[in-house]
Amino acid sequence: MKFLDEYRDADLAHKFAAEIHRVTTKPWTIMEVCGGQTHAIVKFGIDELLPKQIELIHGPGCPVCVTPLEVIDQALEIAAKPDVIFTSFGDMLRVPGSTTDLLAVKAQGGDVRIVYSPLDAVKLAEQNPAREIVFFGVGFETTAPATAMAVYSAAQKGLKNFSLLISHVLVPPAIEALMSSPNCRVQAFLAAGHVCAVMGYEEYFPLAKKYRVPIVVTGFEPLDILQGILLTVQQLEQGRAEVENQYARAVTRAGNQPAQDLVKKVFTVVPRKWRGIGEIPKSGLGLAEAYAAFDAEKKFGLTGHRVEEPAECIAGLILQGLKKPHDCSAFSTRCTPEHPFGATMVSSEGACAAYYRYRRHKPINAT
Amino acid sequence: MSELDFNAACPLPISQYPHVLMAHGGGGKLMHQLLEKVFGQAFSNPILDARHDSAQFAVPPGKLAMTTDSYVVRPIFFPGGDIGSMAIHGTVNDLAMSGARPLYLSCGFIIEEGLPMETLWRVVGSMRDAALKCGVQIVTGDTKVVDKGKGDGLFINTTGLGVIEHPQTIFPQNVQPGDAIIVSGDLGRHGMAIMAVREGLEFETTIESDSAPVQEPVLELLKHGIEIHCLRDLTRGGLASALNEIAEAAGVKIIVEEKLIPVREDVHAACEMLGLDPLHVANEGRFVAFVAAPDAARALDILRRHEVSGAASLIGRVAEKSAPLVAIKSAIGASRILDMPSGEQLPRIC
Repeated sequence: MKFLDEYRDADLAHKFAAEIHRVTTKPWTIMEVCGGQTHAIVKFGIDELLPKQIELIHGPGCPVCVTPLEVIDQALEIAAKPDVIFTSFGDMLRVPGSTTDLLAVKAQGGDVRIVYSPLDAVKLAEQNPAREIVFFGVGFETTAPATAMAVYSAAQKGLKNFSLLISHVLVPPAIEALMSSPNCRVQAFLAAGHVCAVMGYEEYFPLAKKYRVPIVVTGFEPLDILQGILLTVQQLEQGRAEVENQYARAVTRAGNQPAQDLVKKVFTVVPRKWRGIGEIPKSGLGLAEAYAAFDAEKKFGLTGHRVEEPAECIAGLILQGLKKPHDCSAFSTRCTPEHPFGATMVSSEGACAAYYRYRRHKPINAT
Repeated sequence: MSELDFNAACPLPISQYPHVLMAHGGGGKLMHQLLEKVFGQAFSNPILDARHDSAQFAVPPGKLAMTTDSYVVRPIFFPGGDIGSMAIHGTVNDLAMSGARPLYLSCGFIIEEGLPMETLWRVVGSMRDAALKCGVQIVTGDTKVVDKGKGDGLFINTTGLGVIEHPQTIFPQNVQPGDAIIVSGDLGRHGMAIMAVREGLEFETTIESDSAPVQEPVLELLKHGIEIHCLRDLTRGGLASALNEIAEAAGVKIIVEEKLIPVREDVHAACEMLGLDPLHVANEGRFVAFVAAPDAARALDILRRHEVSGAASLIGRVAEKSAPLVAIKSAIGASRILDMPSGEQLPRIC
C-alpha cells in the first residue's frame, strides 16, 4: 500500500539495522514514548534487528493504559444509567475498572457505542435530544483537538444533552516526571510523531537541555523507528543531546497551529493521575471554565473516589522502564489481555499486551 | 422451476401483509400461506415437495458429514452478500472442509414480528440462488415468529449433510511437519465490509464481502489426488485463529510469512486505519489447506483455476512437532508470534 510499504521495506530495514550496529559502541537505553511505536516494534520484530547493547524501554504513551482506574469506574457508572448513550473509542470498551468493563455494562443493557470520531457523538446528541450523550475523551495531544472540536461544535449548536468524561494527558510533563525520578534509566527518547504533528516539537528543547537527553521525533513504521533509533544512537555516541525530527513528512517545528488554538480555547491544563505512575502536575487537559457545562463529571455529580491498583501489578515499574513484562510473576498466567491486572496489559498498545501477543514464548525462531 | 422463472416480486399479497405478523408463525392459514408461497415455491424440490414432517432420502455410499451453523449477521444485506446466501455458503463450506460433497440442507428461520415481507422474500430468493449454485437441496425447514423487540429482524440456522467420497483423513491431527500451508485467496474482506456498513465508515471504495461457496475447488483438489491433511474455513477469528487451533490440535509449530499472505489494498488500508489486523478479521469464502509438500505446486495450480480461489497463495509450512506455536515472519523479516485475537475486534484509539 502506498505510503506504507515504502516504510516496511525489508532490505532498507536491514541496512538501517547494520548502520545502527556499526555506530553502537556502548550500551544505551532508549525509551519510545508512544504505545503505537511499542506496538510496531514488537509486531515487526524491530528490536530483534538491534545490537544487544541497545535496550528499548516501552514508555507511558498508551492513552488507554494510563487512564486511571477511578475514571474508568466513573465511565462505568455513567454508562449504566438508563437515559445515557455512552460513546467511546473502541479499545476503551475492554478496559476493566475495579469490578467490570464497558462491554459488560453493554451486555447488561447499558447503551454503549463505539464512535470513530468525537464528532459522531455530537451527531448522536442531535439525533437523540431526549437522551444524554456522553463521550469518553481520552488520549494524548493527538486526539485532544478532535475532542476539542466536538465540544466547540456542541457549544455552537447549543446542545444541552452532550457532555464529556475527560482524561486527556500530555506527553512533555510525563517525560519530565520520568527524567526527574532518581531511578530513571532512560538516556534518550523517541518522541511520538503523531503528538508532534499536532504540537510541533518546540516544547522538547528545554527538556533535552535540562536533562541532557537526545529527543528524536519519530514516526511509526519500521523504517521510521529504525531511523529514529539510529539518529538517537548517533547523538548518544557523539555526546550530543539535541532535538531532531525524523518524521519530517508529518511534523513541523511549530505543529498544527489551528489545532493547538482550538485545544487552548476549549481546555485548560490540569494535574492528572496516570494509571501505573500516579499524579503528574500539569499533565492533563480539563474543560476550560467557559465549557464547564459539558463536563460529565459535574453533570452526573460523580464523586472523586480513589481506587488503588492491584498490589501485584508492576505496570508502574514497566512504564518507567525499571522492569520488563517477563519480570512479572503474573505475566501471561494470571494477567492476560482477557483478564488484565493493570495498565500495560489492558490495551493492545500496552507493553505487557504487546509482549503477550508477540513474545509470550521466548525464543521464537522463524528461519 | 428453473432459475429464470424465479420472480423478484414476492408471491404473497404484500398489500395485505407488508410485514411479517405473529400469525405467520401461528400454525394457521397465514403460516400455511407463508410456507407454501414463499419457502415452498422458492426451495421446491421432490424431497421438500413431499411436505412430510421429516425429509426422506436414500443414503449415498461413503461416510456422511454433518454440520450446523446459525446466521445472525447485521445488516441483513451487505455489500457482496446477505444473510441468506451466507447461510448457504457458510454451511456448504463447513461440509467442504471435510472434503464432503454437500447434498442436503435444513433451514430454520427465526423472524422478528414486523420484518418487511419484501425483505424476507429477497433473502429467500438469495438462498435459493445460492443453493442452486452450490448444487444443494433444502429439504426441510422450520419457521418461528418472535415478538417485536425479541429478535433482530431475521436469524437463520442451516444444517448441512454431505457425502465423503474420498479415502483421505482430513483432520487437524493429521497435520504433519513439512506440510505446505495454502490460503485460498485474499483475507479480511467480509469482516471489513460488515464493519464499514455497520459503523457507517466511508472509504473511497466499497469493500465487498468475500462470501462464496468453496466446495468446487476443494472437490477438485481431491479429484486430482492432492494429499490434503487439513482444511479449515477462515470465518470468525480469521487466519490467526484457524492456524492457532490447528497448531494446538496437531501439536506443531507453524511458520508463515506475512508478505505471502494476500490482503487487498482497500482492506489493508481500512485495517490500518482502525488498528485491526487483517489476519484476525473474518472471511466467508476463504479456507486454509495443509497439503503434503510435494503436492503444493499442483494444489496451487488447481485452486487458481477457480474464481473463488484464484488468488490462492502458499504462505508457509509446518515446521516440527512441538509445543503449539504460530510464528510469522514480519514484513521486515523478523519473527513474532501470531496469536489468536482476544475477544471482539475493537478499533484502536490511535
